[in-house]
Amino acid sequence: MHPFSYEKVTNEHEALERARLGKATFVAGGTTLVDLMKLNVEVPTALVDINGLPLNQIEDRSDGSIRIGALVRNGDLAHDSRIQSRYRVLSQAILAGASAQLRNMATTGGNLMQRTRCYYFRDPVYPCNKRQPGAGCAAMDGYNRIHAILGASDTCIATHPSDMAVALVALDASVHIRAANGERVVPIMEFHLLPGDTPDRETVIRPGELITYVTLPSGPFGPRSAYVKLRDRASYEFALASAAVALQLEGTTVRSARVALGGVATKPWRALEAEQVLTGAAANKATFLNAADAALTGAVPRRHNAYKIELAKRAVVRALADALTH
Amino acid sequence: MAEKAPGVLAVIHHGNAPTLYRPDNDFMSASKPGEARVVFEDDRVHYSGQYVAIIVAETLEQARYAAELVQVSYAVEDPTIETDAALDSAYLPDEFFGEKLTTTRGDPDVALSRAAVTHAATYTTPIEHHNPIEPSASVAVWNGDELTLYETTQWVAGARKTVAQTLGMPEEKIHIVSPFIGGGFGCKGFVWPHSILSAVAAKRVNRPVKLNLTRKHMFSACGHRSETKQYVQLGAERNGRLVAIDHDTVVQTSMVDEFVEACGNTSRFLYSCPNVRVRHRAVRVNVATPTPMRAPGENPGLFALESALDELAYLLNMDPVELRIVNHADVNEQARRPWSSKYLKECYRMGAERFGWAKRAPQPGSMRDGNVLVGWGMATATYPGIRSPGAAKVRLLQDGHVDVVSATQDMGGGTYTTMAQIAADVMGIAIERIRTVLGDSLLPPAPVSGGSMTTASILPATRKAAQDALSKLRHLAATMPASPFTNRRPDDIVAEGGRVFPKGAHPSSGLPYEDVLKRTNQTEIEGEGYTEPGPERDKYAFQSFGAQFVEVRVDPEIAKVQISRVVSAFDVGKIVNAKTARSQGYSGVVMGVGVALMEHTVYDSRDGSIITSNLADYAIPVNADTRSIDILFVDKPDPFIDSDGLGARGLGEITVTGVAPAVANAVYHATGRRIRDLPITPDKLL
Repeated sequence: MHPFSYEKVTNEHEALERARLGKATFVAGGTTLVDLMKLNVEVPTALVDINGLPLNQIEDRSDGSIRIGALVRNGDLAHDSRIQSRYRVLSQAILAGASAQLRNMATTGGNLMQRTRCYYFRDPVYPCNKRQPGAGCAAMDGYNRIHAILGASDTCIATHPSDMAVALVALDASVHIRAANGERVVPIMEFHLLPGDTPDRETVIRPGELITYVTLPSGPFGPRSAYVKLRDRASYEFALASAAVALQLEGTTVRSARVALGGVATKPWRALEAEQVLTGAAANKATFLNAADAALTGAVPRRHNAYKIELAKRAVVRALADALTH
Repeated sequence: MAEKAPGVLAVIHHGNAPTLYRPDNDFMSASKPGEARVVFEDDRVHYSGQYVAIIVAETLEQARYAAELVQVSYAVEDPTIETDAALDSAYLPDEFFGEKLTTTRGDPDVALSRAAVTHAATYTTPIEHHNPIEPSASVAVWNGDELTLYETTQWVAGARKTVAQTLGMPEEKIHIVSPFIGGGFGCKGFVWPHSILSAVAAKRVNRPVKLNLTRKHMFSACGHRSETKQYVQLGAERNGRLVAIDHDTVVQTSMVDEFVEACGNTSRFLYSCPNVRVRHRAVRVNVATPTPMRAPGENPGLFALESALDELAYLLNMDPVELRIVNHADVNEQARRPWSSKYLKECYRMGAERFGWAKRAPQPGSMRDGNVLVGWGMATATYPGIRSPGAAKVRLLQDGHVDVVSATQDMGGGTYTTMAQIAADVMGIAIERIRTVLGDSLLPPAPVSGGSMTTASILPATRKAAQDALSKLRHLAATMPASPFTNRRPDDIVAEGGRVFPKGAHPSSGLPYEDVLKRTNQTEIEGEGYTEPGPERDKYAFQSFGAQFVEVRVDPEIAKVQISRVVSAFDVGKIVNAKTARSQGYSGVVMGVGVALMEHTVYDSRDGSIITSNLADYAIPVNADTRSIDILFVDKPDPFIDSDGLGARGLGEITVTGVAPAVANAVYHATGRRIRDLPITPDKLL
C-alpha cells in the first residue's frame, strides 16, 4: 500500500475541481477501490471522498422513468419497492451479488466501476495488459476457469464482475456523467468498453468525470423480468454465468425481449441475437433454447472455461422461463 | 531502498539473520516445525510464498510499503508444480506418525482376479487450505535473555521446545501464551516461520514485535492439504462380502520436508476383508510443505473408499447401508486386536432411522420433487481414538473459587467448558465458581490440540486433579484442632458437594471447603492430575465411528446442488457435553460441505503461485450452503479409553470424514452422475 492523500468533498463542483487539478480518484463505498489499493493494483495518490454529495435519492420522473443517484447504496436500491415491482430483474441481480454488508456500502456508481476478479489482474506479480498496457496477459495461457468467452481480445479475457450492471443492460439504462464543462448521458450498452487493444480502458469515463445518476426508462416489461446467477456456492460468490432477461408478451407471443449475460463476457453483455430470436416467436421452451444458442453463438472458450458456454445457455433458458411464469 | 523507507526499523533476510538451528523434526518428542528447512537458512527459494525478507517498522502500513521496495533477484529454474509432471520420480515414504504407509495383507491381486464382482476407479481431491477466520499471529517480547511469545498455537508445549531449539536457547527461557485460538484445523499445530521471525525481529529492534499473517500468507506460510490421486480397487462376492481392497494413493510433498496425506491407512481396518493392500507414493513439488488438516488422511481417503463402496453397492444391487453392515469389522483385522468399544451398527441404525433411509428408492434419478432431483447418499465416518499423556491442576482457593489449569488449548471446541464441567462434577460445586486457565507453557504440560485427543487426554487428568484436591482437603481437615474432624483420620472425612464433613454425618455438620482453608490459614490447596495411556493400548484398538446421511436436491437444468439435509450419528464414547459435542458435529458437517462442493486451491502450474489466495477466490461454505443438520450420538462410554471411567473419545475430526463421499453418493443417486473428482462444482454436472 502506497501513501496517498484523502479529502472529503460536499458538492459536485468541489469534486470536479479536485479531479481537474490533480490525479484524484473518487471513492464512495470503497468496496472495490480499497481492496485493490491493498493489493497495489490501484495506487492513487489522492482520494476524494464523495459520500457527502447529495446523490443518494431514487426519484420518479414525470416521463415514467426512475432516476437513481450515483451514491444510492446497492442494498437500498434492491429493496426499493418501485424497483422491486417495476424492475424486478435489477433487484434480483443486486441481491444476488456480494453480501448484505457489502451491499450496504457499495454504491450504484461504484458498482458500474467494479473491476475484474481475474486472478492475474489482482496480483501485480503477473503481467496484465489491463494493469500495465503492453505487459502481456497471464490469464490467456494460465488458469482461466472464471474468464470470458464473449467479448475477449488478444490482450484480455477478464470478465466484468457486476451483477447489477447486467440487469441495467437488460433494462437499457442510461448513465449520467458530469464533467467540469457539462453533463453527458451515455446508454449503458456504450458505457463499458470491449478490451480490444486497450483493456486498461474499461468505461467511457474520462479522467475528471463523475457518475451522477443512472436512469431507468419506463420499459414495457413490468414485472416480467428475471435474473439467474450460477456459481460455486449458494451466496456471496461471483457468477460463473448469469442472465438478466425481460419479456413483453402479446398473448403467448413474445413482442419484445431483452437478454443480457454476466460472468461470461468482458463487459456486461447484451445478447441482441437472442433478442431477435425471441421477438415474434412463441414464448416456450423451444424458443428459449434457440435464444440461448443464439446468445452464445460467438463464444470462444479458453482451456478451462469451455463449460461456460453450456452454463450460460442454461442460465438464459432458466431466466426466460422464470420471467415468463412470474 | 526498503531500509530507508519511513518508519522502517529493520530489514532482515538470509544475509543478515542471526544463526538459526534446525530443530528436531519429531512430533513424538514435541519438537515439530511445520517445515524442516529453517527460515532464511540460505538463498534458495523452493516455492512461491517462501519468506525472503521481513520488515519491521513503526506501523503496519509503513512495513507493508517498505516491503514493496525490497528488490529480490532470482536465477530462475524450472519448477515442478503438478503431480503428473513428477510421477516418474514418485517415491515410497516410510511412515506417517509411526504408521507404515505401505502394507499388504493376504493376496489382493489373486483375490481381485477371482472376485465375482470388482470395481476400480481413480478418485481425486484438490489442494485445500484450513482458512481459520483468525489468521496466525505472533507477538514477541524479550526481557533480557527471556522470550515470551503470544501465539496462535494449537500446542504451546510443542511451540516452546521447537522455538527453543530453533533459536538455540534453553527451553526454560521461553514462555508461550496462547489462551484463545480462532480456529486452527491443523494449520496452527506445528511451528511455522512467523513465530521464529517475530522473535528474531524483536531481538533485532529491541522492542516487542507483532507479526500477523495476511490472508494471502495463510495460503503459503502455515501448511495445506495436499491434492490426492487415489486408485481404489474392490473385489466382492455376490453376497457383498469384500474379498479385496487395494488403495493406491499418490500425494504431493515439498522439496524441503516430508508430509504425507495418509489416505489409505483407514482402508486396512474399516471393513472386514482378508486381502488388503495400501500403498502411498509421494512426489516432490515446488510448493510449501503440507500439514495436517482436519482428519488428515481420513478426509480424502474416505472420499475415495466410501465412494467406491457406493459404486460397489450399485454393482451388487445392494443397499449401501446393508453392504457396510455385511462387511462390518468385528475386530481390527490389521492390528489383530478387538475394539475397545464399537457401536458402528448402532450409528447406521440411528442415522438411517432419523434420516428416513428406508424410504429410499435405489434407482438413480427416481426420487423427484417437481423438477428437482432428490438424492440420498451415505458414508461411514471414522477417526482414531487417540490419547496422550496430559496434566492438569485444580486449585481450591480460600475465597471458595477453584482454578483449573493446564497447558492444553481451546480452539473453540469447548475445552474451557468441559474442563470446568468435570472439575465442578467432581467437587460438587457450581460451575460458576470455577475459572479455567489454559494455553500457557508455564502450566502443567498437555499435548497438541489436534488428532481429536484433547478430551481423552486432558479430562481424565482434570478429574484426577480435582480428586487430589479433595483428598488434600480431607487431610488438611484432619489436622484441624477443635473441629468436627478432631481425632478423625482423612479416610473418615468426606469432601463432597462443596462441604467437608465426618463420614456418616450429615453434610450440615461439617464446613464449606473454603472454611477449612480459612481456619487452617491455608491460601489454597492444589490438586495435581497426570494421566497417560497404558497397556490397554496394546490390547485394544481405539477408534471412533459414525454414519453420515446426506440429502441433496439437484436442479439439473442449471447444474445446481443444494444440500438440504445431513444426519450424522457418531460413536465417540461418552458425550461429556452435549452442546459442545453437537457444535463440533455441525462444524465438521459444514466443513465437509465445503470439501464436497467448493473448496480447492489453485496453483498456477507455470510458477506455483497460489492464485486463489483469498476468501473470495477460495470459497468456503456460507450459511445458505447448508440447511438442516442433525447430530446424533450413541453416547456409550468406551470402557478402556481411560482408567478413570470417563469413557470419552474426542470428536473434532470424525465429524468431517464422511460428508464429502455421502454428498457425492447422494449426487449420484439424484442424477446418475458419478463425480470422482472433488469439488463437485456446477461445471461437472452439466
